[in-house]
Amino acid sequence: MKSPSFFKTFVNGLFKENPTFVLFLGMCPTLAVTTGVTNAIGMGLSTTAVLICSNIVISMLRKFIPDKIRIASYVVVIAGFVTIVQMLMNAYVPALSSSLGIYIPLIVVNCIILGRAEAFANKNTVLASAEDGAGMGLGFTMSLTLIASVREILGAGTFAGIQLFGNSFQPVSIMILPPGAFLTLGILLALINLIAARVKNSKLKKRAEEGE
Amino acid sequence: MNNLLVVSHSPHISGRESIRSIMRDVVIALIPSLIAGILVFGYRAGVVTVLSVLACVFFEWAWEKLLRKKSTIGDLSAVVTGMLLAFNLPVTIPLWIVVIGALFSIVIVKQFFGGLGHNFMNPALAGRAFLLASWSLAMTTWVAPGMSVPFWNTADVVTSATPLAAYADGGNLPSYLNLFLGYTGGCIGETSALAILIGAAYLLCRKVIKLRVPVIYIATVALGAWIFGGKDGFFTGDALYQIMAGGLMLGAFFMATDYTTTPYTPKGQVIFALGCGIITVLIRFWGGYPEGCSYSILLMNVATPLIDKLTQPKRYGETRTAKREAKVKAKKEEREKADKRKNADKISAEKRNKKNVGSVKKNRR
Repeated sequence: MKSPSFFKTFVNGLFKENPTFVLFLGMCPTLAVTTGVTNAIGMGLSTTAVLICSNIVISMLRKFIPDKIRIASYVVVIAGFVTIVQMLMNAYVPALSSSLGIYIPLIVVNCIILGRAEAFANKNTVLASAEDGAGMGLGFTMSLTLIASVREILGAGTFAGIQLFGNSFQPVSIMILPPGAFLTLGILLALINLIAARVKNSKLKKRAEEGE
Repeated sequence: MNNLLVVSHSPHISGRESIRSIMRDVVIALIPSLIAGILVFGYRAGVVTVLSVLACVFFEWAWEKLLRKKSTIGDLSAVVTGMLLAFNLPVTIPLWIVVIGALFSIVIVKQFFGGLGHNFMNPALAGRAFLLASWSLAMTTWVAPGMSVPFWNTADVVTSATPLAAYADGGNLPSYLNLFLGYTGGCIGETSALAILIGAAYLLCRKVIKLRVPVIYIATVALGAWIFGGKDGFFTGDALYQIMAGGLMLGAFFMATDYTTTPYTPKGQVIFALGCGIITVLIRFWGGYPEGCSYSILLMNVATPLIDKLTQPKRYGETRTAKREAKVKAKKEEREKADKRKNADKISAEKRNKKNVGSVKKNRR
């Protein structure tokens, strides 16, 4: 089995295959919980924890799970870890847990986790799978935090609950309402695609010049 | 060599109108309402309108400059958007909110989707909805007509109810004459039914708009208001009051007749107007807001592509029976084809089975 370098697997999830902005996975939490930076980070990190654990276990079991019932088996593994995370959050961060609400149990059906189990953990070694889970999870956390900071700063005038502007600032409340999620996601996506295209173009140009 | 025969696609005859000439007519038609707004609410109404127009034109120019596209500010569509946006704002609106509204209308609603002709919603109305969701207090601070409004610190004015809010809460109602002339609280351009009708008459004379949509829209609202709008049961509502109050006139004549965001088939326009009327009645009498005109038009804007698809005109020579027969025939052919394919599959599978009986057995795990 070809194994890409240790570093590459990790960075892959952060940029090249960023789950939110490139793969478009897990859109439901992306749109719903990004009203505040605290929520976004909490959501991102709990997803990361589940992702790493489920990737490890599924990768360990990949030779025992019959092909025909693999999806069901993945869901069982994932649901187990989500339950653990949910209970832990309830016990130690009750405020965050209640503000995330239904979206914690919904991590079970998050496409990123099932997608990585199917596309990566089921074909790769335990170590590589753990790494992939960490990269993907952190990429997800990063994107959520980015969206949430735009929405929270514009929509509430705060960053992670800290007041940023004076009293004369009147927040754009639509940004923390559902339409703001779509607006922010769309505009950020356009900007990211623009930057990615520029970077690619300049790389191609460089290569062409070197070739000549 | 000038007599070359050129073969080109239709249309072969083009009219004299251009986007610019149509938009110029709309601007002219909006001027009576602007004058009425300035007379009722004072000079600040004019300032808000001019600022909104300037901001819209600037953002259109700046965005097209940024994207290195051909500038379209010459077609005056940004001017119309700016005027309509200002007409949908209260006179006390802080000036920075006007600029943000223009930014949203022009850049996000219009240019993100490809500019004039590609926007799926009326930019001015979408801008208003955006502002209302963000700064609802500033967007619903209405002053009584004839009050002097301070230029900067507009938060301290004495507020008054709009005619529709008064109707809903049972407050003091303005007289029909004041309602018709526009001497009531409300947005800058919506209060004067008279001024809007003058503008609409001009547009009708210039054949820029047709009567179909506005008349059906207003009639639906009038009927709904008469049936459901009364406090003492059905059929006691004040239809005349309901159609002159609020933004209905402005919306029906200037926004529900927008070319880009409304259906182009006659049947579709009827559906569009009915839908707008029904939604307006629903919001006015059962919804949370006193006025639902802008949301009704926005919602029907979104439904416009579907309406256009459903009301495609018949092809020349097409009859209902012929269409049905063609459908039946196509289905039959499809079924036959599928049957044939299945049979072929079966035969080849049987052949394969016969050939490989031995090897299949061996390969089985």
